[in-house]
Amino acid sequence: MGVLVDTLKADIRIEEGLKACINCGSCVATCPAAEFYSYSPKNIVNLVSSWDEDTIKELLCSETIWYCGECMSCMTRCPRGNAPGMVIMALRSLSIKEGYFLKSERGRQQLRLQRALCGNILNYGYCVYPRTYHYEEHPESGSIGKWVNENADEVFGRVGANLDGSGTGVLRKISDKALAELKSIFDATGATEQMERVEQLCRENGIE
Amino acid sequence: MKFSGIQKIWSEWEKEIPDDHWFYVRSCIRQNFFPASERRYLDIVRGNLGRDIFEHPEHTTCGGIAYHNECIPQLTQMTIVGRQFSIMTESGYSNYVCSCVTSFGLYCEALNTWKEHPEIEAMVREKLWESCHREFEIPKSLVHASDLIYHLRHEIGAKAVHKLTNANTGEPLRVVDHVGCHYAKMFPTKGVGGAEYPHVLSGMVEAWGGESIDYPERRHCCGYGFRQYHIKENRGYCVSNTHKKLESMEPYHPDFIITNCPGCAYFLDRWQYVIAHQTRHTYGGPGQGIPVLTFEEAAGLVLGYDPWDLGLQMHQVAVEPLLDKMGVPYDPAKKYLGTNGKAIPRPELPSIIRCC
Ligand code: SF4
Ligand code: SF4
Repeated sequence: MGVLVDTLKADIRIEEGLKACINCGSCVATCPAAEFYSYSPKNIVNLVSSWDEDTIKELLCSETIWYCGECMSCMTRCPRGNAPGMVIMALRSLSIKEGYFLKSERGRQQLRLQRALCGNILNYGYCVYPRTYHYEEHPESGSIGKWVNENADEVFGRVGANLDGSGTGVLRKISDKALAELKSIFDATGATEQMERVEQLCRENGIE
Repeated sequence: MKFSGIQKIWSEWEKEIPDDHWFYVRSCIRQNFFPASERRYLDIVRGNLGRDIFEHPEHTTCGGIAYHNECIPQLTQMTIVGRQFSIMTESGYSNYVCSCVTSFGLYCEALNTWKEHPEIEAMVREKLWESCHREFEIPKSLVHASDLIYHLRHEIGAKAVHKLTNANTGEPLRVVDHVGCHYAKMFPTKGVGGAEYPHVLSGMVEAWGGESIDYPERRHCCGYGFRQYHIKENRGYCVSNTHKKLESMEPYHPDFIITNCPGCAYFLDRWQYVIAHQTRHTYGGPGQGIPVLTFEEAAGLVLGYDPWDLGLQMHQVAVEPLLDKMGVPYDPAKKYLGTNGKAIPRPELPSIIRCC
């Protein structure tokens, strides 16, 4: 046993998602990530089940753990009640906590994700928000996405949204009180600490 | 009631859905991509069906997208869930309906975890009190927005202005569905029909006159994948998975796709545009895509709402062929107008896949 194994074992998602694997491969067969990446949820489950500190450290530093799409298709299909997707979530959290996410290209994407998504939550109260969803970053949104982006107030207004308005409704302005509560929750439950750590580690390693 | 045979099997997959008095929380993704569906959902449930469904201005994101991108810890996400429940409690409601499929999975997960681990619920309550001086009660009922429309589908069918049929031939429209993964796969017993017998959408389709078409990759993920989408260079994963689904449904010549997940509807629509550019292939015949509808849009068309009030102008794949089949009237000149009929610049219309 070691600190990585102990921390993983204490994660409730491991308790929920990792029982005894019979290597049937059902999770691999149903997994969208296994289809398009060099990735196998079965292998993840096997490697974690070794409970070997070095093996787990290697996983935490790898690209592999960032390929899962967290669709949880594996959770439905596993005959043993495992949820490899949940195991992945626990591994990713630990990789971030220990700073191993810096070792992989996919892991280093964490800074961009954090800035975008936590920024939206803390500033606007939404995970995704039209004023920060830019067509240039989303060419797949098509010519209609570009049109919506360039004419947001008019288009959202036309369909009955309440973009940045008061009261209830679609995309209403979230009150300062609600935003302050979200920030307090972030402070009390470790999100702020995690964000600051990711920022600091990335800064120290020249990642912008 | 005692059931036997298929009825008995099915009764195990049905879900108890209270009939009235709902506390409603919105979806971040749906508000961004399908704002009219968010708006018309309440119009339909309140206005057309006469139910009490309450929205409180202080509710926020559930934090689910950030959680599934590993940007916030599980305790943070669960405490935000606790805050949402607290607003429900102070509003005097106990039936909780959420519009987001990611949220639905996370609410189910939180309730399941708290049941098995009361110490985690206690920790969430402590953190919520420490941070917001709030307390909450557990909802008596937790459902997704599509469950409620499924429950009310026959009332909607009885008020139908347009059926899901071909107005010329009377034939039922051929409809394929895509049920969101986090609705059906995380806690299959919490969704109508679970993952094996996905009935929440096909039940609506059949109640409104359409024909539900099974296809091999019906249960395959749309490919959103959270960080696989939010990082631009990872998006090959997303389009590859949607491509797999579209290839699988194409031979069945569906008239449209219906979904209950905010992201899935968007991706099934937009990746058709990207695939058309990549491969010059379109899935609804030469130069034509397969229209994709949210379940609110489908319900709205059935109830006679104007297509542009339903936000169908925000789709990339043209919906007009479907409207024509159903005999739904629309004014092409009004499609791309702004608020209060204001003229605004029109979008570019790609030649490779029909948009209007
Ligand atoms: S959750 Fe991850 S491992 Fe499981 S099926 Fe989805 S992509 Fe594969
Ligand atoms: S489906 Fe379950 S038992 Fe089968 S290989 Fe995957 S984790 Fe192991």
